[in-house]
Amino acid sequence: MSNALKPPAIHVQDLDKVYKSGHKALDGIHLEVQQGEIFALLGPNGAGKTTLISIICGIVNKSAGHVSVLGHDNIEDYRFARQSIGLVPQELTTDAFETVWDTVRFSRKLFGKPKNDSYLEDLLNTLSLWDKKDTELRALSGGMKRRVMIAKALSHEPTILFLDEPSAGVDVELRKSMWRQVRKLRDTGVTVILTTHYIEEAEDMADRIAVIRKGKLIVTEDKQTLMKTLGKKECVLHLEDDMTSIPKSLSKFDVTLEPDKRTLVLLYDPSKDTLGVVQLLKALQDADIRVNDIDTQKSSLEDIFVKLVEEET
Amino acid sequence: MNFRGITAIYQFEMARAFRTLGQSIASPVLSTILYFIVFGSAIGSKIADIDGVEYGAFIVPGLIMLTILSQSISNASFGIYFPRFSGTIYEILSAPLSFTEVCCGYVGAAATKSLVIGLIVLATSSFFVPLEIAHPVWMLFFLFMTCITFSLLGFIIGVWADGFEKLQIIPLLVITPLTFLGGSFYSIHMLPEFWQKVSFLNPVVYLISGFRWSFYESADVSVTTSIAMIFVFLFICVAIVAWIFKTGYRLKN
Repeated sequence: MSNALKPPAIHVQDLDKVYKSGHKALDGIHLEVQQGEIFALLGPNGAGKTTLISIICGIVNKSAGHVSVLGHDNIEDYRFARQSIGLVPQELTTDAFETVWDTVRFSRKLFGKPKNDSYLEDLLNTLSLWDKKDTELRALSGGMKRRVMIAKALSHEPTILFLDEPSAGVDVELRKSMWRQVRKLRDTGVTVILTTHYIEEAEDMADRIAVIRKGKLIVTEDKQTLMKTLGKKECVLHLEDDMTSIPKSLSKFDVTLEPDKRTLVLLYDPSKDTLGVVQLLKALQDADIRVNDIDTQKSSLEDIFVKLVEEET
Repeated sequence: MNFRGITAIYQFEMARAFRTLGQSIASPVLSTILYFIVFGSAIGSKIADIDGVEYGAFIVPGLIMLTILSQSISNASFGIYFPRFSGTIYEILSAPLSFTEVCCGYVGAAATKSLVIGLIVLATSSFFVPLEIAHPVWMLFFLFMTCITFSLLGFIIGVWADGFEKLQIIPLLVITPLTFLGGSFYSIHMLPEFWQKVSFLNPVVYLISGFRWSFYESADVSVTTSIAMIFVFLFICVAIVAWIFKTGYRLKN
């Protein structure tokens, strides 16, 4: 079946959340996540990422709007919606005195799934937790606890997995192995939605990226498109003399003059036939404008992100 | 219905009780023994029979009530408060369970625990005083209904509390005085008339009176009133719980 015929994994429409304090955490969120993709929700702290996830998962009441999971309303058909979702929250919250084995079995049962110890054994094995299965949770390190929480979230075989800031407080080694796991999950058809403020993570992992700021989605875009449209190369030219305005001969270039009047910034895309550095330099020479220095840089997702967030401020 | 989910919560809560078996059973049994030594043997021997019942035996129903009221409330309130405090509530709330099912799990476990403890206290008291139970079925009815009702109350307190002090404050400042003044250790008729009237405002009086009737057929108020009152309390608690669930009060906001 093609993607177009499948209902979206998550569909969010006009979602608002106003907390009792009057704080508007979400403002008219519109979002669609397709089945089988890795979707990254980027945003600074307090942007509303966790609130959005919490509403989709049924932990927080919405103020207005509509959420559906695989085509089922997450309130009217909450059993179906919640059974489809596995959630790994940001905080490491586990019961202290339970063993790893007991806690994953509890989670599976809580979600109404029949006992399946061989599945859980496999799960713990892939997360390298099997040898810790009889250890009480309080005796585990932070990274291990994070893995236990992932195991709990996957214990009922969900088709959609939410990872809220999965890399917070996790060392590089574990982060890498976690991302391998996530890719493997995606290969089995699981939709993965993660929030992060590590941009490399989103850049590395996600198929699509949404940027959220102050409760509003600023952009939702395919990662490649986002990188392409916004991730152009930038060439900064430091001029010897002040330039009051951009001369006409340069109008065909995508250049901007910085307020210091001595810096020209050219945006170009080396992969396409846009007018690039060489042409600009020639034009500048023809106009008798002298250049002291040149920097070029490729904008990373981080730059794009910072730019997007700043633009809205 | 997600029966597996309810059972998961129920078993989790019961497992918690078994982990702390010593303190969950030893402390109520010990305090009962102390009450019997002090009130039953030491002081009780100097007190005349009440309504034809020896004083030591007279206090048995009140002592059991005292225990199960506080046990129901503390078990249920702690059961739901602790996951809220530690944050593990996220899993319960994100599970495909209705609020009613969540409540059944927690309240069912708390009520079971206090019911068992009530029966243990009853068994313990039989070592100290000759026990006769005139209406065993009604006795179990009162025991069961009280456990359920006050576990619901405990659940409400556990949802309402936003700190450990608040968790303690209602049992300590409201329930304990009401139980002591509810005729655990005396018959309401022994009070001056004015205080008798005041006592009838105390809901616990009805519980203890009905419960004592099932043992000795003597009561401060009529049994029908007691039974009716139990249903009134149950209804009030269910109504509050229903409101909590409808609004998501302190659970989803």
